[in-house]
Amino acid sequence: MALRGQSVPRLEDARLITGRGRYTADIQLAGQLTALMVRSPHAHARIRSVDGDRARALPGVHAVYTGQDTKGVLNPIPTAWLPPGSDLATTDHPALAWDVVRYVGDAVAMVVADSLAAARKARDLIEVDYEPLPAVTGVTEATAPGAPLVHEGVPGNRALFWHAGASTDEVEAALRQAEVRVRLPLVQQRLIPNPMEPRAAVAQYDPSTGKLTLWATSQNPHIHRLLVAGVLGLPEHRVRVIAGDVGGGFGSKIACYPDEVLVAHAARELRRPVRWVEERREHFVATTHGRDHVEEVELGGTRDGILTALKVRARANLGAYLSTAAPGVPTILFGLIVNGAYDIPHVAVDVEGVYTNTTPVDAYRGAGRPEATFLIERLVDRFAREVGMDPVEVRRRNLVAADRFPYTNALGITYDSGRYHAALDRALAMLDPGQVSRHREEARRQGRLLGVGVSTYVEMCGLGPSEVAGAVGFQGGLWEHALVRVLPTGKVMVMTGASPHGQGEETTFAQLVADRLGCSLDDVEVMHGDTDLVSMGWGTYGSRSTAVGGGALSVALDRVVDKARQVAAHTLEASVGDVVLEAGRFYVQGVQDRSVAFAEVALKAHLAWSLPAGVEPGLEAQASYNPTNFTYPYGTHVAVVEVDPETGDIHLRRYIAVDDCGPRINPMIVEGQVRGGVVQGIGQALWEGAAYDRQGQLVTGSLMDYALPKARFFPPIETDALETPAAHNPLGVKGVGETGTIAATPTIVNAVLDALAPLGIHNLDMPLTPERVWQAIEASGWKAAAGGQGGVQA
Amino acid sequence: MTLAAFAYQRPRSLAEAVEAMAEAPDARWLSGGMSLLPMMKLELAAPPALLDLSGVEDLRGIRDEGDFLHIGAMTRHVELARDPAVRRDAHLASLAAERIGDPQVRNRGTVGGSLAHADPAADLPAALLALDAEVEAVSARGRRALSVQDLLLGPMMTALEPDELIVAIRIPKHTGHRQAYTKVPHPASGYAVVGVAVAIHEEGGRVRQAAIAVTGVALKAFRAARAEAVLAGQAVDQEVLAEAAGLVCDGQDVLGDVYASAAYRRQLAQVVTRRTLEGLR
Repeated sequence: MALRGQSVPRLEDARLITGRGRYTADIQLAGQLTALMVRSPHAHARIRSVDGDRARALPGVHAVYTGQDTKGVLNPIPTAWLPPGSDLATTDHPALAWDVVRYVGDAVAMVVADSLAAARKARDLIEVDYEPLPAVTGVTEATAPGAPLVHEGVPGNRALFWHAGASTDEVEAALRQAEVRVRLPLVQQRLIPNPMEPRAAVAQYDPSTGKLTLWATSQNPHIHRLLVAGVLGLPEHRVRVIAGDVGGGFGSKIACYPDEVLVAHAARELRRPVRWVEERREHFVATTHGRDHVEEVELGGTRDGILTALKVRARANLGAYLSTAAPGVPTILFGLIVNGAYDIPHVAVDVEGVYTNTTPVDAYRGAGRPEATFLIERLVDRFAREVGMDPVEVRRRNLVAADRFPYTNALGITYDSGRYHAALDRALAMLDPGQVSRHREEARRQGRLLGVGVSTYVEMCGLGPSEVAGAVGFQGGLWEHALVRVLPTGKVMVMTGASPHGQGEETTFAQLVADRLGCSLDDVEVMHGDTDLVSMGWGTYGSRSTAVGGGALSVALDRVVDKARQVAAHTLEASVGDVVLEAGRFYVQGVQDRSVAFAEVALKAHLAWSLPAGVEPGLEAQASYNPTNFTYPYGTHVAVVEVDPETGDIHLRRYIAVDDCGPRINPMIVEGQVRGGVVQGIGQALWEGAAYDRQGQLVTGSLMDYALPKARFFPPIETDALETPAAHNPLGVKGVGETGTIAATPTIVNAVLDALAPLGIHNLDMPLTPERVWQAIEASGWKAAAGGQGGVQA
Repeated sequence: MTLAAFAYQRPRSLAEAVEAMAEAPDARWLSGGMSLLPMMKLELAAPPALLDLSGVEDLRGIRDEGDFLHIGAMTRHVELARDPAVRRDAHLASLAAERIGDPQVRNRGTVGGSLAHADPAADLPAALLALDAEVEAVSARGRRALSVQDLLLGPMMTALEPDELIVAIRIPKHTGHRQAYTKVPHPASGYAVVGVAVAIHEEGGRVRQAAIAVTGVALKAFRAARAEAVLAGQAVDQEVLAEAAGLVCDGQDVLGDVYASAAYRRQLAQVVTRRTLEGLR
């Protein structure tokens, strides 16, 4: 029974949707204490003093830690991505600020008490004396001459400067020679991840063994082990990090945060378990944000629509400190793929990373690739309008053709495989031009403007070859580990270094095992997220777990089968080369009545009463898989929207997503990823956006102000898939966790601007709120005809 | 997001409730808890005691009282939305109740609670203003009636005394009036950026009575008196509707915030009013 490719229900769902998941906040240990953080209400201030004496005196309070207490005791939290040649100005990120607070939400003290009530009372009694300092929140003001400095030692607030591609001179020359040039100022606003489960940490220290156990909401427990051990000064083997069920992350649970380090420190000091659970409003200020670019981008090409040159200048807001992966997001993960799916010969990218008095910015679903895709997809549309061509036709003329793979772009990365034109054709066939014309006419009669937007995206994920990690300064291996342990009864335990937190690998990995060994899904247990259980892992982010973790699993399964085949051949008295595994039984090729069940072979391997010479007892194999390239999922997304010119309201009429992530192990899970990503991507286009006021206060600090997408905002999302294998990994899979947020945002903005094009509106900043759209329409001079019937020729 | 400790009582009758309040003057009434509990979780309110009204039978039920409908204060939004008598005789109240929050809020939240909370962007105040409803309030000092107009003083402010309790809402029957409620919800909070409630009574092709009430736009829900006056006595056509709609915010200090400026809110209110009126024709 082929389980690969089947939409089997997710094995993890039964426990998760019946409230039986085991999340970090569910951990209850005897004698467990509660920790709360005191956070800065100022964006930038000098700390004159922190007085915890009154809090310490309260009954039930075990400790109050201030920056002075932890200074010199806890090492600063380092960033883990140091892009070479970027003049990276790293700065110490103390777990507790002791001299200066640099953003609203910066932790200045932690209280540990018997109960939440006692901790709350104590928190209110901690007196912090601040001397407010001028603050900067946006990259433009932060890089202006004379701007207040976030870190005294970092002039101009410049955290990094990074260049990729051809020289700026070369690309400017190509732009000058271009028959048509278009330029756009783009703002890709700051987003707040908001996974369903906020962050949490529970720490327990065993003084008899010196071992610290930390339950944490982590996408990468082994990376957390490394960083937490380093910050605490503990030997790595005496730190165990456990990520149980994790309720989503979207990148925000990659980073090592002060909170988990502090909880671990308190557990060690107090010899009591300590638990901290982030509140939702804390999440808004204390968990990393995403995106936040201000860009000037320029594209040149010929009158017949051939693109020749692209120049990108981006300023990326990194917040007050460099979070774990932060420096790599707006550089490597952004700059190397700004040309998108198009063959553009001359490309130059300059990125300036900027410190500001805001919450640190790090990976957020897509991490750099949505920013790259947004700029190129917007530019291609703008260019098409300038040369008077259909944006689809311009795409068609510039997409990398199927016969050119592997294709190396102007920035030096090599796209693995793809049928970009085929995906475009499939999506357009679903769109049905006849229906669009009818809808357009209907909208016009009702005084609305209809627009169609397209995005033919490609992204790079499946991070990544270890050598590349080294070359781009990522302080980790990015290979993946898997162990397959077959028990005497033939049941299978898998330990993977992937750390799924919503992606469903407990199911898809079980499908791979059951498919390969011919057992049932129920015979397989997929385990992850515990550093004492899993040999090594680099975690789940960058759509890497199926491509890289699945690759490791595939190699480990091959090894298990190879060994089992030897045992089977010995049993069947056949030569190993003649024995094949089919549907859970080993057969002698061509002799159907000579066979032995896989489970029986497993038993024989464990009993070891009679094994072939040189074969060790047991049936277990592991593999460390290091891919040779990233993977490059791609596709075409199309949106049909209607704009109400009197209110600026945008109505989503249709959304089509055709994606190619290689062969799908579980199409239902892939579809879930696509839909989730799409709505999140549309969220950026239409609703989401973090806003700071001049004093650096987050004015969108709750779910009452910050608009996450709701199911009722959407029409049915129409999906289809191509399956073009990635030739370089064992499963041929490419990853699909981020394609939605990468593709959807420009698709929607392109659609809205298509609707507004007759009014001469060619660019709008996101989110496209009704007011913003209405203001643009007002400024365009458009007026409704009497009775609200639109006066526009659509 | 955790509640601080508080005392809790669940009186079984109106008399018991009034008495309990007299004994614990700092207590707050708890009806559906859809606004008060979130405020307590956010530490915006910290009442030492809650008097839970869910056990008071006198506060429940919808009754026909001749020219009026009597709506018990503890009537849930979902009940108001679905009740056949309300749908027939005060349809606007049902239409507004249908648009409140989400199903969970409509299942828990109450009519009295919503009015007493007086959120300037709540849905019910607009509908009840347009329907000329009045509330009945009770305290240890006795019973009084006041119009919804007089009840609402400002954002989260009412004419109720701290110990006073809304026990019922009385809605004059509007059987046969054309009624509609249009809401533009905030994408995050779900509250009205603009909500327009309209009830029109026509006779012989002319407007005999027009009521237009607006929520979300000013510090409290209001009746658009000048817009109503434009319609009164008119044989309504496109031009009259547009003229009335253009006056809907007349005399109001229109709110502006991060999501919608005052200028945009005004525009939205006018467009929504015009379209709502058009939709009734």
